[in-house]
Amino acid sequence: MRIGVVTFPGSLDDVDAARAVVRGGHDAVALWHGDADLRGVDAVVLPGGFSYGDYLRCGAISRFAPVMGRVVEEAGRGLPVLGICNGFQILCESHLLPGALIRNDHRKFVCRDQRVRIENNRTPWTSAYDQGAEITVVLKNGEGAYVADQPTLDRLEGEGRVVARYLEVNPNGSLHDIAGICNDRGNVVGLMPHPEHAVEDLCGPGTDGLGFFTSLVAALA
Amino acid sequence: MARYVVDVMPKREILDPQGKAVLGALPRLGFEGVVDVRQGKRFELEIEGEADEARLDQVRTMAELLLSNPVIEDFEVHVADQTVAELAHQEGRP
Repeated sequence: MRIGVVTFPGSLDDVDAARAVVRGGHDAVALWHGDADLRGVDAVVLPGGFSYGDYLRCGAISRFAPVMGRVVEEAGRGLPVLGICNGFQILCESHLLPGALIRNDHRKFVCRDQRVRIENNRTPWTSAYDQGAEITVVLKNGEGAYVADQPTLDRLEGEGRVVARYLEVNPNGSLHDIAGICNDRGNVVGLMPHPEHAVEDLCGPGTDGLGFFTSLVAALA
Repeated sequence: MARYVVDVMPKREILDPQGKAVLGALPRLGFEGVVDVRQGKRFELEIEGEADEARLDQVRTMAELLLSNPVIEDFEVHVADQTVAELAHQEGRP
């Protein structure tokens, strides 16, 4: 499969995401924020970083990048989209996912190996995991506290749309310990921790993150 | 030329870590009795033409679409008394 990775001005993890895509057995296709063209890819990753310098709000300017118009359109038709960290913020600003991500409650940047439980393995990005699988991946964010109003939280919980939940430590003040969610169709997933930094034994806390990049095969086969 | 102001504030029910940091700093500077601080943003927009209701509506749309995130923030818009150029003139700047 051909999986696009978007580079915005200020993206940091696009190269790691592309590498993870390849480790997952796919072709990585570079997509550019300024091109309203998805180059016929089968799925899209919005990587982490500080797109547009996090000016205004994280993800607020990226939302209107030409490439995002196409991402929103195709996501509506079922294209699998994974937003990691800044990508998650962009998905929320784009209203592809409900809620928002605000500054960590303790006000410090956090960088740690984080235990996370996969609570929904029915998305195209998590199908390689067992339901309830507990994994360790890198978490690094300054504005990673997931917030939403109570009806939205109730709906996410009731519909099984909390894809991943923090274990042991809530690292940023996210409501309901939410680490990741999906849209109602399940094709759009936003995740604050970074599975693309946990795909090789050489660096990072292990290879627990690889499942996000091998799941697509299982999901679409 | 008219100047429009958009004030954006975090919703009451949303935690405001930046406001909390300021609240923590004030007593250390000797300011007593401050019980809450909320930190927001102020935008000043200069727009061609006289200020009117249609322009104000347009500014409201800008605030909804880009300047604020309605999930976590509230905003208010109003027409400012003076343009930035007028203020600069008063202060003797070119």
